[in-house]
Parts: sequence; C-alpha cells; structure tokens
Amino acid sequence: MIYAYIAVMAITTYLVRALPLTIFRGKITNKYIRSFLKYVPCACLSAMIFPSILFATNHIISGAVGLLVAILFALRNKSLVIVAASSCVAVYVTELLMTLI
Amino acid sequence: MHKKEFSAGLIASLPVFIGYFSVSFGFGTMAVSLGISVFEATLISFTNLTSAGQFAGLTVISEAALLFDMFLTQLIINSRYALMSLALGQKMGDRFGLGARLASSFVITDEIFALAMARPDPLTVSYMLGLGVLPIIGWTAGTFLGALVGSILPASLATALGVALYGMFVAIVVPQALKSRPLLWVSLLAIFFSCLFQWGPGLKEVSSGLSIVISTVLASVICAFMFPISDEEVEA
Repeated sequence: MIYAYIAVMAITTYLVRALPLTIFRGKITNKYIRSFLKYVPCACLSAMIFPSILFATNHIISGAVGLLVAILFALRNKSLVIVAASSCVAVYVTELLMTLI
Repeated sequence: MHKKEFSAGLIASLPVFIGYFSVSFGFGTMAVSLGISVFEATLISFTNLTSAGQFAGLTVISEAALLFDMFLTQLIINSRYALMSLALGQKMGDRFGLGARLASSFVITDEIFALAMARPDPLTVSYMLGLGVLPIIGWTAGTFLGALVGSILPASLATALGVALYGMFVAIVVPQALKSRPLLWVSLLAIFFSCLFQWGPGLKEVSSGLSIVISTVLASVICAFMFPISDEEVEA
C-alpha cells in the first residue's frame, strides 16, 4: 500500500512540474504576462524567506539573527556559499549563546 | 553535452547539495520514526525531490488517508512549481526540446529554479542538467543516512544547517532587489502577503505551500501592472 502512496506522490509532483514546461513552448508576447513571469522568481523567493525563516530554528531570535547576517553578507555581494554558510554559523552561535545564558 | 557548461552547473549547485543533504537528513529521521522503512524513505526522496510536499506526504501516509488526499495535498503544496515551470520555460527558449524539458522538469525545485533564473548567461541544457545532479544525490543520500542513523547528528548542528537554504535565497534576492526598483517592490509586496498569511486573523489555516503561491501571484500581478516591462526589452 505504501508504494501506491509513493507512486501517486511522485507522479503528481512530476506532472505539476512537467506539464507547464512542455505545453507552453512558444515565446509569450503579451507584455503583462511577460512582466508577471519576470517577477515570479523574486516574489516566490521573498515569500518563502519571510516569515518562515523565523520558525525554521529553535528560537525566533536565532532565526532573525541568521536572516540579518545573511542580508548583511548579501549586501556586500558575497557568493551564495559564503552567505549561506555565514547564516548557518550565525544561527549556531546564537543558539549556543542562548543555552549559556 | 558541453563539459564546461555542465561543470559550471555542478559548481553553482554546491550550496544546494549541502543544504539538501542536511534537510533531507531530517526527513529520513522523521520518516523512520513514523514506521516507514529506510528503503521506502529513500525511494520517496529519490522520486519526489521536494521538501514541503514530502513532509506533508508523510502525514498523509501515517494517517492512512485516501490516495485522493495524497493527490490533492501534493497538487496544492507543489503548485508553485507550475508557476516556476512557466517562467523557466520562457528562459529555455528553442534550445530546449521536448526531451530536455521532460528531463529538466524532474529537477525543478525552489533552489534549482532560483539558480537557473539567476544565471545572467543564456540557459543551456548541459548547465541545467549540471544543476540537477548534485541536489538529487544530496537529497537521496541525506535521506538514506538520516533514516539509517537517525539522531546521531546533534540537533543544534542540524538546525543550523537547515538555514543554509534560506541564506541562499537571501543571497539571490537582495542584489536583485537593490538593482531594480520594480524587483524591490515585488519582494516587499510578497513578504507583506506572506506575513498576512502567517499573522492575519483566520489565515493561519491556509497551508504554507498555498500561501506562497497566493503571495507570489498577488505580488507579481500587482507589479506587472505597476511596472510592465517595455516591448523592446529582450530577455536573455
């Protein structure tokens, strides 16, 4: 029975990804639709970052520190790896300090 | 297959590989605690390659709900991928035939999509496939190890590693929003809507996947009308 669940899960997820990519193959010319699609990535990432990052750690404060440190490093145009790593270190150190206090 | 393009994709996906490994580790641990075998948990990760959808799928399985419930849950939580596919399809252009599109579809995740769209150079099939390989390996191997050894990794370390993906998102969004006023507006509006879903009265019931889709659509539609791109503007 579990394999039926896994099959439904995998097929549904794949079709959600594959159908739009294979059906709409032409270049969209309408400028509003093109603007919309241009804005989707930035909107989607922003909506996923905040406020979820605040609840991704053990405490809302360590999540906020992780976010702030990431923004700071991103403002200095550091690479993806550096920004991601500094954010992890910030969260780890913050939570360590919080258990000490 | 262009070797240079492929390895450029591999290198760009390194942070995703690390992030996926740690997040899927948690997934593996959780799956086993719900009575799912190591093999089944690994199979789920290998065939789905999605975080939110899989975590929700575990709930459906552990509640022994209807298969239709599984279908509906995955459809709603993963509906953001349909939007991403649409946007990505425009960037792929004629270089991507049906086969390349069917293969690329499998690796459309939040992170890989972000990397593909953030690339200033035109997207190639080799680059796209290069982006996908390590994340699949990281996601599957992390699940396998997580299911196998459970809670050996200290919880504090696992939590900290889980933030890696958010850090990567920030690194992609911030420079874009600084460079272009419309993108700054899109970003702020999307954050405003997703905060509404988190703290707005009665809106907490909406699943996180769906609230991301609605926030994305609202922010993008508003900005498409506020700042339509000019006709001459050529997309890379």
